[in-house]
Amino acid sequence: MRKADIGLALILLVLAVLVAWESLQLDIGWGLNGPKGGFFPFWLAVGLALCCLVILVQAFRSTSPTLRQPLIRPGGWVPLLKVAAPATAMVALIEMIGLYPAAALYIGFYMRWIGKHHWLLVLAVSVGVPLGSYMIFDKWFLIPMPKGWWGEHLSL
Amino acid sequence: MDAFANLLMGFQIALSPYNLMIATLGIILGTIIGVLPGLGGANGVAILLPVTFVMPPTSAIILLSCIYWGALFGGAITSILFNIPGEPWSVATTFDGHPMAKQGLGGQALTAAFASSFIGAAFAIILVTFFAPLIAEFSLKFGPPEFLGIQLLTFSAFVGLGGSSPVKTIAATLLGFILATVGMDIVSGQLRLTFGTVELMRGFNFVVAVIGLFGIGEILLTIEEGLEFRGAKPQVRWRLIVETLRELPQYWKTFGRSALIGSWMGIKPGGATPASFMSYGIAKKFSKTPEKFGTGALEGVLAPETAAHAAGVSALLPMITLGIPGSPTAAVMLGGLLIWGLQPGPMLFQERPDFVWGLIASMYTGNVIGVLIVLLFVPAFAAILRLPFAILIPLIIYVCAIGAYAVNNSTMDIWYMLIFGIAGYLFKKLDYPIAPMVLALVLGDMAESALRQSLIMSQGSPMIFFSSPIAAVLMILSCWLLVSPVAHPMLRKAWYRTRVTT
Repeated sequence: MRKADIGLALILLVLAVLVAWESLQLDIGWGLNGPKGGFFPFWLAVGLALCCLVILVQAFRSTSPTLRQPLIRPGGWVPLLKVAAPATAMVALIEMIGLYPAAALYIGFYMRWIGKHHWLLVLAVSVGVPLGSYMIFDKWFLIPMPKGWWGEHLSL
Repeated sequence: MDAFANLLMGFQIALSPYNLMIATLGIILGTIIGVLPGLGGANGVAILLPVTFVMPPTSAIILLSCIYWGALFGGAITSILFNIPGEPWSVATTFDGHPMAKQGLGGQALTAAFASSFIGAAFAIILVTFFAPLIAEFSLKFGPPEFLGIQLLTFSAFVGLGGSSPVKTIAATLLGFILATVGMDIVSGQLRLTFGTVELMRGFNFVVAVIGLFGIGEILLTIEEGLEFRGAKPQVRWRLIVETLRELPQYWKTFGRSALIGSWMGIKPGGATPASFMSYGIAKKFSKTPEKFGTGALEGVLAPETAAHAAGVSALLPMITLGIPGSPTAAVMLGGLLIWGLQPGPMLFQERPDFVWGLIASMYTGNVIGVLIVLLFVPAFAAILRLPFAILIPLIIYVCAIGAYAVNNSTMDIWYMLIFGIAGYLFKKLDYPIAPMVLALVLGDMAESALRQSLIMSQGSPMIFFSSPIAAVLMILSCWLLVSPVAHPMLRKAWYRTRVTT
């Protein structure tokens, strides 16, 4: 946990420095309309950087037992990845083949792989849910969902 | 009384068949959202925000606020039957609610929880009805310095009263503000912090952040803990409900105390959780049988539920009167107001009385509908949690993805949602609070323009924040809250030392 605490603080510190640098480009001084665009983000970034430094010092000096525990408990990685990886794959698929086919594949795959449900149930849910949401969003509320490659070629 | 006339007008709006249907739909959806892991009030409201774009604003806010009430009810179901608090403020409900359910008294515990939620909410709603117009009128005199003062007070309350590490709270808040500045600068029209990329020009949408931080992050946490939902079966029969309701009036003192604590704490940001714990503790202290607390005392369910609902309602008070949300869910609703083209704040009472009073009246109708629906359909809602995990998880993530996409019709936002999800997971693990970050992201633009307008008014002198009595009091209060985590232990130590030496 200590390593993760220090790591996140370092990431935020780098972010703060980047933001401060960008703000300086925008000018943090006084313009015709009061403070210029970079003024607010610059001082926010300075504040964030200071906080990160304090967090770093605390993380190095703290003797709290929670910091000695690992960030993710042993064996915790596997279920986490089993959720995160298919979800990431679905988002990538949405870009390619559209939301509804991607969702059908994702739900079906997950139910079969993790849940080991019966094929019929897998089919019913993985086809039924995207179809239902298609009716609700695209047809009823007229919010078009991403269609991906199909949308360009079949103009549904 | 002016308030009565306005309230009557509000009821005419809230009781129209369309709005009643919307309210019922909202309560049902909200309860489902409250029961499901990973979906709570804040991201339930966020996911359904795009759906409201096609509705008139009053119906839209009725839908969103009813989802909020529903989620509050749903939290009680999971805490009592499954020992899983859906929201942080229902943690205290598990102490006595779950033991009751294990003893086969789940029906009584649920009835008592719903009834006390209703009483707490009703108390706070009456308070809102009479105080909201007064506060709104008072705050009409507020200028940019006063508004900045209120915002600062909001965030320093998180630092001074929140449970997380003070430095990490400040860091999370600043990060939220920084994310809010990405994209177009509202004053000069300049593009900011885009690092030369097109993707960052639109900035970060708070809806996406809320769905990622609360929804995906929460699911990852739940998964890692390997939670399994094995709950007690509720048996809710009419006779049981009537019997339990008959027992309740003897606890009127508990109700009164808890409702007061909840309403008072709820106005402050992040107040619902401490309010529920505080009222549990106070109920235990005043109880004739404190030893029964923790083993299934009915009062132990009544007190936190009453307070949490009262706090949930009164969190909307600063949102409609000042434009400052008291909770992440209220923050999302406030973002909704902006999208519907309404300017939150005191002017809303004068410009759109139909909206404000329709919302207030719908709090009455929504809670009546809510308590009826949850009492009638508890078994159905509880059955949702018995669905296998392998079906629930992909469905929840799918719904989150739809919500994230629909705000701006951009697939990029779904990627942001995943990133925010991982960030939310890490933040939760490392004790960075998420609520102030979301509030900062929503309020960022308003806070920045208040700051810049104040500085323009004063030609750059920061003394303007102490120029009016109201602003000065707000500033001093927030400074005190900011330093209190450091100052309190030091003062206590000093006091202790003087006592020891004398």
